Amino acid sequence: MTASLFPRLEPRLSSVSKPIQYVGGELNSTVKDWDCAPEGEETVRWSLMYPDAYEVGLPNQGVQILYEVLNERDWILAERTYAVWPDMEAVMREEQIPQFTVDGHRAVRDFDVLGISFATELGYTNMLNALDLAGIALHAVDRGEDEPIVLGGGHAAFNPEPVADFIDAAVLGDGEQAVLLISDVIREWKGEGRPGGREELLRRLAMLGSVYVPRFYDVTYGEDGAIEAVVPNRPGIPYRVTKHTLMDLDAWPYPAKPLVPLAETVHERFSVEIFRGCTRGCRFCQAGMITRPVRERSISTIGAMVENGIRASGFEEVGLLSLSSADHTEIGEMATDLADRYEGTNVSLSLPSTRVDAFNITLANEFSRNGRRSGLTFAPEGGSERMRKVINKMVSVDDLIDTVATAYSHGWRQVKLYFMCGLPTETDEDVLEIAELAKRVIATGREVSGRNDIRCTVSIGGFVPKPHTPFQWAQQLDHETTDERLRKLREDVRADKKYARAIGFRYHDGRPGIVEGLLSRGDRRVGKVIEESWRAGGRFDGWSEHFSYDRWAAAAEVGLAGTGVDLDWYTTRGREQDEVLPWDHLDSGLDKDWLWSDWEDALAAGEDPDGPAGEVEDCRWTPCYDCGVCPEMGTDIQIGPTGQRLLPLAVV
Amino acid sequence: MSRAQPEQQAPPVQRLRVRYAKRGRMRFTSHRDFSRAFERALVRARVPMAYSSGFNPHPRISYAGASPTGSASEAEYLEIGLAQVLDPADVARTLAGSLPPGLDVVEVADVATARTGGLTELLQASRWRVETDLPVTTARAGVTDFLALESVPVERMTKKGLRTFDCRTAVLHLEVEDAEVDAAGRPGSTLDLLLRHTVPSVRPDDVLTGIRSCSSLPLPDRVLLTRLAQGPLTPAEDGLEDPLSAAPAPG
Repeated sequence: MTASLFPRLEPRLSSVSKPIQYVGGELNSTVKDWDCAPEGEETVRWSLMYPDAYEVGLPNQGVQILYEVLNERDWILAERTYAVWPDMEAVMREEQIPQFTVDGHRAVRDFDVLGISFATELGYTNMLNALDLAGIALHAVDRGEDEPIVLGGGHAAFNPEPVADFIDAAVLGDGEQAVLLISDVIREWKGEGRPGGREELLRRLAMLGSVYVPRFYDVTYGEDGAIEAVVPNRPGIPYRVTKHTLMDLDAWPYPAKPLVPLAETVHERFSVEIFRGCTRGCRFCQAGMITRPVRERSISTIGAMVENGIRASGFEEVGLLSLSSADHTEIGEMATDLADRYEGTNVSLSLPSTRVDAFNITLANEFSRNGRRSGLTFAPEGGSERMRKVINKMVSVDDLIDTVATAYSHGWRQVKLYFMCGLPTETDEDVLEIAELAKRVIATGREVSGRNDIRCTVSIGGFVPKPHTPFQWAQQLDHETTDERLRKLREDVRADKKYARAIGFRYHDGRPGIVEGLLSRGDRRVGKVIEESWRAGGRFDGWSEHFSYDRWAAAAEVGLAGTGVDLDWYTTRGREQDEVLPWDHLDSGLDKDWLWSDWEDALAAGEDPDGPAGEVEDCRWTPCYDCGVCPEMGTDIQIGPTGQRLLPLAVV
Repeated sequence: MSRAQPEQQAPPVQRLRVRYAKRGRMRFTSHRDFSRAFERALVRARVPMAYSSGFNPHPRISYAGASPTGSASEAEYLEIGLAQVLDPADVARTLAGSLPPGLDVVEVADVATARTGGLTELLQASRWRVETDLPVTTARAGVTDFLALESVPVERMTKKGLRTFDCRTAVLHLEVEDAEVDAAGRPGSTLDLLLRHTVPSVRPDDVLTGIRSCSSLPLPDRVLLTRLAQGPLTPAEDGLEDPLSAAPAPG
């Protein structure tokens, strides 16, 4: 039994900003008895953390899905916890209130598992802060028998080596089934009277195949600083840990009970994931590489999830999520049928990510049938045709211009374009072409619409090479050059009075990207850097007002002292084919030889854009190109069309 | 392509006044938090709302004098405009089922049968319960000093900066109750406060600040503010009437 910490928290809540984020009680949230399992059975208890502020963490689909899947079992209890803001941290340290869950206000330390979802590496310092506030030993090796298993998941967990000192285990891949398998193991182990302690529990988890337990692997380094080998240090532990893949998404229609916060959050909408995975083959995209193969939900399931979600949440905006939503085999029918269903209501639908080449105006019209024309967003990613060949996102300028012309002529006034800066082989010229593109977009828009109030917003992010992608070997561009390129681009746009006012610019400086690069491709030695940065006050690194490059640079100096490697070694250094990468023993299914040949194709396309290094097409509509995932994982593409249509809803 | 004028929306056919409470931990909802939650509850409850005209139509909801974040309330009021005539009791029931526990609908009344006057006009004053951890005798001494004065200036940081205003004139009644423990059995004192709504508004925490400025009252460690009632003042200005009570029969 663990007591609620709320009575100790409550008197101080009026002194912190936005206290509502700490009180829980959201619609559709669940508070169970601490011993919820049927008489005589073991209860398994999870606290689930999204390591960022409540306003960012609450809408996170991954956490909401796992929260619901776990709580559906009568023998499992799952509660949520988020990173607390510095003002609340001060109160908690002063009053000695430990990290708590927002559901039952129970101490995180009292649960069996602390599951942390890492959508981005920039949450690592928040994890350390939460562990420290929770009173859980920072280093996994120091944890006692009564402390929770600290378990990482999410995309960043595909290289958990930088946090290997702090987590007990990491799950690779889709979580829905994986958390239930893990819960089974814990229940059994507890039921047997916890034989062999946490070491034995971790061994059993490691035997599942999708759970990586860093302490069971030894890492050795060569004289050049690179990894020599990663080897299991006890019998029976698998050499490679493979990702878990959830098949038949129709059987897992979550979230069915979406959490509705009282506080304002970053996404005020209900989202349905219409498919998982993407095989478009963009070489920079980690999500598209590690979530293969494509698995669609059917139009019928999506229709039911949308209706249920609106009714259960009261949200009037519905997002149809995926990595490239217009690629769903039944997107046209879905758009029309949903627009028919909700005609005359205030329900609005949105497609958060649409490829230029998959966009069509019929689709866009259906999604804006109720009159709301939010801006259209496209992501060409590369400024020049050459760059787009390097990244394998083959969108021609003419396609893009045709698409935006159609949009502007149908009444849209605002188009947003996303690009990356710092891609492999990029030069100043490639980035300056972004300006030319934006100007053409405005000129075309003015021409076809006959109006002058046409706008185009250009958003630019710094490219960060990610594990398990063809660009995992790439040199990251140093932040000075990134900033210089962006400055030239900005000047170029500003200099042209004809267009300057119609083009908006959004970008960040290159320095956070370098830290993200360190954390993305780092190995176990980076753990000391993270700890050092946190000890120096590092929190909320995804927030520009809290992020400090200087703090990270200083932490890297201290943390990497004596290793022979430094911040540049991890970031701006290119890797050779035979280098052992820190995540080589973690299997996303992708064949490393295929990744390397795709990387070579990228470089060849950069040398000679019209040469033989051709486009990698999508295996949904062209033959398999042997990326390795399906045979390695025993999976298959699951796509429609099902040929079904959505019926009108009965009027209640 | 010319910009089309937005469609004109029909005016509401019925207006309802809703009294709701903010209880327990829900007292930490800010007014913005509440209004978002309330609009979503209307959707979930499928209340046929009337909408405002304009490019971005909004459901017709008017809020009156929201209590400050952190204070509980038994008597908050708002008014909604409907596109269909409904039984207020039905609306109360479906709305109650659609709001999170702690944001509780207390009563719904039809404006057509209510007493005359706009909601803001009717809500002339509030009755507050102020619970502190200070002993009754200490609190009584402070209150006596405060009530002996004709005006007590206090400062508060507002959106427009630091402002100084009088917090004494708005106090119509202030008394320390006899009970020496609160509902949870903790020792302390409870103040009964009748406060006129003024501009700038005087809040119960301003009154506490005022008492401390003119007496030796120490800073309490624990204060819980609860609005018990709001409404028109009785003719003697010593109590409140129910703002939702039916209009007195003519004659």
